Order: sequence, then structure tokens, then C-alpha cells
Amino acid sequence: MKSFSGLLEGLLYAPGRNSKLSWLQDWLAETPDPDRGWGLAALTGELTFAHVKAGLVRELAAAASDPELFALSYDFVGDLAETTALIWPEPAELAPPPRLAAIVEALQQANRQQAAELISGWLGSMDATQRWALLKLATGGLRVGVSGRLARLSVATAFDRDIAEIEEIWPLLEPPYRALFDWLEGRSDRPDARGRAVFRPLMLAHPLSEEAAEQLDMTRYQTEWKWDGARVELAAAEDGVRLFSRSGDDITAAFPEIVPPAGWQGTLDGELLAGQPDAVASFGRLQQRLNRKKAGRKLQADNPVFLRVYDLLIEGETDWREKPLSARRARLEQLAGSWLPDGRLDLSEVLAVATPQELDELRAACRSDQLIEGMMLKLKDSPYLAGRPKGHWWKWKRDPLRADLVIMYAQRGHGRRSSLYSDFTLGAWRDGADGPELVPVAKAYSGFSDQELRALDKFVRQNIVNRFGPVREVEKQLVAELAFDSVQRSSRHRSGVALRFPRFHAVRWDKPAEEADWLPTIEALIGD
Amino acid sequence: MDSSWLRPAAAGLEILPARAFIDPLRPVDLAIITHAHADHARPGHKQVIATAQTLAIMAARLGPDFAETKTVLDYGESLMLGDLRLGMAPAGHILGSAQIIMDYNDTRIIAAGDYKRAADPTCQPFQPVPCDIFITEATFGLPVFRQPDPLAEIARLLALRARFQGRAILVAAYALGKAQRLIALLRQAGWDETIYLHGAMLGPCRIYQEFGVDLGDLQPVTTDRKSLPADQLAGQFVLAPPSALGSRWARRLPDPVSCMASGWMQVRARARQSGIECPLVISDHADWPDLLATLDEVRPRQVWVTHGREDALLHACKQRGLDARALRLIGYEEDSA
Repeated sequence: MKSFSGLLEGLLYAPGRNSKLSWLQDWLAETPDPDRGWGLAALTGELTFAHVKAGLVRELAAAASDPELFALSYDFVGDLAETTALIWPEPAELAPPPRLAAIVEALQQANRQQAAELISGWLGSMDATQRWALLKLATGGLRVGVSGRLARLSVATAFDRDIAEIEEIWPLLEPPYRALFDWLEGRSDRPDARGRAVFRPLMLAHPLSEEAAEQLDMTRYQTEWKWDGARVELAAAEDGVRLFSRSGDDITAAFPEIVPPAGWQGTLDGELLAGQPDAVASFGRLQQRLNRKKAGRKLQADNPVFLRVYDLLIEGETDWREKPLSARRARLEQLAGSWLPDGRLDLSEVLAVATPQELDELRAACRSDQLIEGMMLKLKDSPYLAGRPKGHWWKWKRDPLRADLVIMYAQRGHGRRSSLYSDFTLGAWRDGADGPELVPVAKAYSGFSDQELRALDKFVRQNIVNRFGPVREVEKQLVAELAFDSVQRSSRHRSGVALRFPRFHAVRWDKPAEEADWLPTIEALIGD
Repeated sequence: MDSSWLRPAAAGLEILPARAFIDPLRPVDLAIITHAHADHARPGHKQVIATAQTLAIMAARLGPDFAETKTVLDYGESLMLGDLRLGMAPAGHILGSAQIIMDYNDTRIIAAGDYKRAADPTCQPFQPVPCDIFITEATFGLPVFRQPDPLAEIARLLALRARFQGRAILVAAYALGKAQRLIALLRQAGWDETIYLHGAMLGPCRIYQEFGVDLGDLQPVTTDRKSLPADQLAGQFVLAPPSALGSRWARRLPDPVSCMASGWMQVRARARQSGIECPLVISDHADWPDLLATLDEVRPRQVWVTHGREDALLHACKQRGLDARALRLIGYEEDSA
């Protein structure tokens, strides 16, 4: 428990992802089983104790302190576990705290009364940091900024493995993940995912530059549109049908209508899109579905979605991932004949492109209002490889949209950028009650060079006109040209529009603020 | 007991028979200053009574002519202001910090100013003096504030060096008092190498040294990259005021681990908000157990609470059968506590 509380505190204050990763790696390397597995499960929210809730902690705290003093303290601290940990009487003597595994296993078997007695007993011999960690662990909700993905990445790096190898078997594992560590440390074979509807890591593409595109031998490539939806994976096996997001989260409940034909088992890779195959709806429509954890019949009917399939990973007992794309595609085309014409599954179209010139023409025709954000080029003899292998798949996005906007607010960045103003809010002009006024339309924090960033930082420091917490309002005089992928209507933003993937294209030191773009110009780019 | 001669006024605590104010917020004819922090020792008074150390720090900060008359009143000494006897006792907050002892009309009132009870090699420890009315601060007046042993926190700081090799350990601390205490604690823990300082730390450190506080070898982090190459600062302790965290000045340090020494660091959400990597719970104010222990030692008939989280302290006084009231003085900062 001592090392776990140290880890939690380290993670809490770790300034960035790499720093968190280093804490996790060290801890995995130094901690024995089963403690490290339980810790990992606690961090990723996969460990909960049915009988330990906030109410129980409240009762413990009330018994250990004056109620009025506790109320005043809680009001100031704002966190129940922390208030309780801090207000708990200091033990006369610190005892060595129990192991993490002993705590977890005891709490799992305890009823409410027993759990209260156990926790109260442990608190009585721990220091303040351990008390905080124990209460956080027991009530769940550690909130130290560790996602499931980061936890799996830490396992991969700690044992020098590819994260895809970990991701693929993760759904088969249960805390405290003994089978995982046994395999990683060479005591047993890798857990086997065959016959299970689990997430298989996706194959990702590299961006392609214009110069590189001109060099490609197009006859070796399968060319498809790059759809602007959500990448998903559909898996059907003995144990059920599941839909996974790009990062491997189970989103089956949100899209229950996406299922393969009855009886078919295997794994498909594709793009989830709103609307019908012959009438794709906007990304905003898809967003409405993505925002919901569950979809009832009405939502399914009002806001339909479908899966545009572009690859086959597994079918029945056969793992197609080692076979070339051309073979996988041929099999998919056969399968597509058996898909029900209910519009839930649809095959991604292969485009006839023989030369780079033809590719260029198609790309120039890509339009955001058709939900096409560019071209996909896949080597016909490429196997299906997890992650982002070099030299197999390319994505070539259409040219971004651009607008000249005025920098309105700035904020310091994080991690290595924490001393620089690197997060910017930019606005466009519109008619206000007292003449032209700026309204924020985008936040951008990338796309500039280090040198440009230093110049922007200097500009902010010399032009601060107002401070709102960490936010600095600056003199509205500097124009930046932003690039972005599309524009959507948004009721959440004051301007009524939201830009997708806004980033700096150029800082226009030369351009007066009055010549920046007006909101209607941006509204005209809306893609639906 | 007569307490009618001392009252909270807009300018600060007013001592009616002496026509004087304690730590006044605006210029007055006669100011009695508990300690030299900027929110307590303001410029513009005609006459100032304070300890020699407090006067010296004020002169360094505000210029030698900060008052027409400067009257030294050291610990254990007293002087008469009309029928009122004024005395000083150590408060343990920073170098020169004093409790103001006032005897008038058979009643003794002590304004303790800011004070602490924890170990501090750079100033005289707080001296409990029995009195009728004790005026206390309550910066950390909640039972969640129980500060650890400062040397244990220093041990954590030293352990950071080992964990983050190749990085500078940048410790944010209030430039007057906290910084010198940290340096002295580091020396006590056996760190005898050069400690590097932000420019704002140099003046206060020099005054401490002039008053005989041994701080060891100190060196400023200059902007001249040639005389002090950045890599020379890897694995070194660098002290700077909190405002320097994330500043341009900090950029020249090699990948600094930012630390902050303050009593507020006890509350994780607050520590996290400040964006630092290693919080150190080291404060120059009394924590909750020390506030209560001090009341037990001083045994006043009445407690007045100046500023901070007075509700909880009033409640605790009531439970102890102590008559207590809140003065609700405003204008005293607590950010760098």
C-alpha cells in the first residue's frame, strides 16, 4: 500500500503523459503480483467494491471527528476522501500498512459493516497519504489522469512489447491480470483470443505528401475515399456481437443495430457513418449518436447509422490478417452479396485510379459536404498489421479550409510548454450593437514552429489587457491564418459554429485585424 | 478586565490610549509592526516601532527613509506610550517577527501577528506569554491542516533529486522568510553545496546573513549564460518566488521539476491547480494542532481571531470553554502561507 500511495501521488502531480508513463513503468517493474494487477485495475476503474460508497466514508468521518469541524473542512477541501484522510486522528504509532492485494481481497469479501470496520482499522495505522490513497481506492474514482490506454501502454513499455499485443488480449483478462504478467515474464503462453468477440488492434495509415503521391505506382494500390465518420470494429463470435471504438472501447450499446448477418462470425473494420449508404448524413448527426451511451428504438429510427466496411480481419476460424489485402478484399466482395439489403452494412467502394494525375483529380473533388475528407491508398499486398506500420497504408487528406482570425485570448500550455502562452482563442468579426465585434470561433494550439511560438508568446506578454484566472485577454491586433478540416453548426459555441481540427497555418504579422474574416464567410463553409 | 482601549478600525487594530495602529493598512502617525512581510509592513507611516530586524528589512524593501522616526523595540524590552506599556516577544514567523504585548488599565492584550511553532533555524521560536486577551491569526484554522515535520518534507525534496536526475529542482517559496528557512533546513539536512537563487531572493538572504543566520554558499541564477551554463544547474536546488514558476526566467533551467513550499500544499486540489510537480507542506503559520496548543499554553481569558478560517477556531474555542470572537480584519494576504 505504501508504494501504491506513492504512485497515486506521483501520478496526480505528474505534469504530462510521459511523466505518468514513467511512474507507471517503474511501479510495474518494482511491484510483485498480485498487487501490481490490482493497482492497475484500480487506476483504470476496473475495480469497484459494491459495499463501499461515499455514504460509508461519511459515516466513518462523522464518527472520527466533530461534525461541525468536519463540515467546515469538507467545505474548504471539496473532496470527501481527502477531507476524511486529512482530518483522521494521527496514529500514535505507524504500523506497516497491509499489502494492496490484502486490502483488495478483504474488501471484496466484506459486507458493508465489515468493510467499514476494515477501513476504519487500516486508517488507524496509516499516514495521511496512505489514508488518502486507501479511501480513493475503496470508493473508486481515483482521478489521477490514467486512461485504460495509458495503463496498457505502460505495460507494453515496461515489458518491451508492442502495445497491439497487449490490446488484443486485454479483453480476455481479469484483474489482477496474472495471465498477462505470467506471459510477459515468460512463465506461460500468451492468452488466446481465438473464438472471442474481442477488440483486435486496428491498422492505421500514414499521411502522404503531395511529392510522395506523385511517386506512387498506382497499380499497386487499392484506392478508396477517406470517410469522415468514426472508425469502428465489429466483432461477432460464440460469446456475442460487439462494436468497438477506434481505441477499443465497447460501444455496442450505443449502436445496437450494427450487427453482421445472422450466423456469421468474424471481425470487420470500417467507418461508422450517419444516414443511409446512398445518403450519408453530416458528422454532426453522427456526433449526436456518439454522445449517447445507449440508443433506443426511437433514436435508432430518427438518427440512423450504418457501417461502411473496408476490411476483413477474421472469419470463423480463419485469421485473414496475414493474407494480402487483395485476398481480403475479394473475400469481402463475396460476403457483401449475402448482406441484407437493410442498409446497416455496406462495402466501401474501390476507385479506379491508374495514375497519380487521376488521384490528384479525385482528391481535388473531395468535399466536406459529402463527408469525404480525402483519399486512402492501401498497398494491395499488405497484410493487416496492428498499429501504424510504415509503407503500407497512406491517407491523403483534401486541402484544409482556411480563415484569417484574430487572436483574442491566450493561455499557458502544459508540460514542457507550461512557461509559454501556447493555447489561443481566435475570433471572427460580426456586426454587434456598437459596430463590428469579435466573436470567438476556434481554439488552436498547434501548427506553429518553435520559433513562431516564442514570437507568439512574446506578443501575448506584451499585449495583456485582462486576466481571467489562467486566461489572458490580449489586445485584438494579431491575425493568424488557421487551417481546419470542416465547419459545423454548434449551439454550444457563442458564434454558432465549431471548426474541426483547427491549427495554425501562418501568423499574419503583416495583416491588420480589421482585415480578418467575418463570421458569415465561415458560416458559408458549413458542411451540411 | 478592560478591552475597550483596543479595537478593529478601518486602518487596522487601533490602540486608543497610544493613538497607534498595529500593522496598519494605510499611512498613520504611529505604526507598530509585527513583521516585515509587505501586507503587514506598509510604507508611509510617520513613526514605526518594530524589532531591529523588522526595521532593517523594511529599510531594504522600502528605502532607508520609509518613516520619519524609527524606534527599535527588541524582544524582552518595553517602552511606555503614555500610560500603556508596550513590549515584544518572539513570534517564530520570520526573522524579527514579534508578538505585541500591551499592558493598560490592569489588562494585558497580546497581538500575536502571524506566528508558528514548528522548527525554524532562522528565527527565534515563539514564546508563550500569559495574557488576558490573545489575538491570534487562523490562516490554517481547520483540523485538516496538520503540517508534517519540516525535515521530513526536506527529505522528500532531497529524494526528488535522485528520482529526476539531470533536472534542476526549482522550489517556489516566498522570498522573505520561507526561502531562508528552506535554505537553513536544507543545510540542517546535510546539503552543503551551492544553492542557487532567483534575483528576488538575494536581498532578503543578505539581511538574514547580516543578522548572523548561516545560509551557506548561495549564488544567483544570472541571465548570463556563459558564467552559469544551464547544465551546471542540473541536479541543483534553485529557489524562486512563486511568480517565477512558468516565467521566462525559469525557461533557462534544465527541465525544472517545479516544487512549492506552502501550507496550502496540504490540500491536493489546490496543489494540483498550481501546476507544480512536487508540493512541500512547509508553512510559516501555525497549523491546527499548534493553534490549539498555543491557546492552552497562553491560557487567555478571551481569544480574538484576526483573519483566516475563523469559524472552525471559534467553534473549537467554544468547545474548550474559551470566550472567543472574530475581528474579521481584511487586507492581509495568505497566498504564500
